[in-house]
Amino acid sequence: MALQSLDIARRSATTTPAPGVRQTTEVAKLIDVSTCIGCKACQAACMEWNDIRDEVGNCVGVYDNPADLTAKSWTVMRFAEVEEKGKLEWLIRKDGCMHCADPGCLKACPAPGAIIQYANGIVDFHQENCIGCGYCVTGCPFNIPRISQEDSKAYKCTLCSDRVAVGQAPACAKVCPTGAIQFGSKEQMKDYAAKRIVDLKSRGYDKAGLYDPQGVGGTHVMYVLHHADRPELYKGLPNDPSISPLVSLWKGFAKPLASVAMAAVALGSLFHYVMKGPNEVSKELEDELEKEDAK
Amino acid sequence: MIRNPKDLTRYTAHERANHWLVGICFILLALSGLAFFHPAFFPLTQLFGGGVWARILHPYIGVIMAASFLVMFLRFRSLNTMTPADKEWLSRAGEMMSGDDHNMPEQGKYNGGQKAMFWAMSLSVLLLFVSGIFLWRAYFSLPVDVVRLGAVVHAAIAAIMIAMIFVHVYAALWVRGTVRAMVYGTVTRAWAKQHHRAWYRQVTGKS
Repeated sequence: MALQSLDIARRSATTTPAPGVRQTTEVAKLIDVSTCIGCKACQAACMEWNDIRDEVGNCVGVYDNPADLTAKSWTVMRFAEVEEKGKLEWLIRKDGCMHCADPGCLKACPAPGAIIQYANGIVDFHQENCIGCGYCVTGCPFNIPRISQEDSKAYKCTLCSDRVAVGQAPACAKVCPTGAIQFGSKEQMKDYAAKRIVDLKSRGYDKAGLYDPQGVGGTHVMYVLHHADRPELYKGLPNDPSISPLVSLWKGFAKPLASVAMAAVALGSLFHYVMKGPNEVSKELEDELEKEDAK
Repeated sequence: MIRNPKDLTRYTAHERANHWLVGICFILLALSGLAFFHPAFFPLTQLFGGGVWARILHPYIGVIMAASFLVMFLRFRSLNTMTPADKEWLSRAGEMMSGDDHNMPEQGKYNGGQKAMFWAMSLSVLLLFVSGIFLWRAYFSLPVDVVRLGAVVHAAIAAIMIAMIFVHVYAALWVRGTVRAMVYGTVTRAWAKQHHRAWYRQVTGKS
């Protein structure tokens, strides 16, 4: 979902440059897990701004509600209870699209213009171009996109690309009551994170750090984690994520190689015919059979 | 082409219909599948009513092809057993390609190349069917690593199979008098004697 833009960095299934005359500052959302209280105001703001209401589900015995991301719930709080140094820690992570600098969804997408990466780093789905194949789900290292059961289109967090385009912060950042969700330029967010990490370290979290995984070129949604050495503690946040080598093979190397190989076989056949001529039935055999018939 | 009552029947009407059902499905699958593989081929989705329709139709056509190929496989399986003569034929395939088929070993209904193609295509269709199921999100939801593996296998085997079909079709065009076998089922006796002498002897009782 987005407006026509002049600041497109990458466009899915497109081999020529996208309109990119306008350069914009790289933005980022910083989620400070250590100050999140799990109030879900971000979830409410997300559904309100985007004007989408998910079906009311059932309590599954934990605080996660809804239990997972859906085509209508683009962000969910994931609650993890872990024991560290004999103390209970309640780790609450706001899950949603990470807006990778090297997006696996965009790499895998076969539909031209269904996935757009803006110069500011936001990765956006344009559902009107989506064909519903689910390749974005296959390509994503974070298990984020969801295919709607109703219209078979892929949906996920837009980082409020419509708000950011007019100088506003994403709805979730705007509403967060503790300031756990910050929004600004990627540089500003890194500086802010650095201060938070110093504070956390001074309070005994000596492995505190920033989650900005370089395996996907960095992300435009970053986390401050108390245990940055073990991101998997936070309900399976991947440690060192990257685009799967299978996806890179499929939508990287194999694409031109297979296309050239198929063309080579087709052209090879044509040139074989032109250079060697057809394989005709020999005149001798035909005459021989005619003679037999005449007998 | 003048039909001679002495022409030899190579394929029955049912065999031909079966082959063309597979062939039509294959062409539709290749056109729609290529569209999802490389952006250069994406405009092919227009033949199917757009990208969404191509995505919806491709797997159903795949199921029809898999089923009709299975029937064809059962029909022709026993005729495609590899023999030592086939292996010798394959080792001399280069001579044949360069236009000299005088020293080729005598062949039955199918030569070594056709048999190799038969088994390669059978394996390909099996792999395409299984990996295709992995990718069919309308009905199946498998772990993402399985889907990723399925995507690579599906694309790689499809590219190989498209290349094999080019060879298959070209061979039929190159060896004159072959296409008619798949259109109205008969070949001339001279054709049979030249290319499949053992089969010729078997069906005519002549030397």
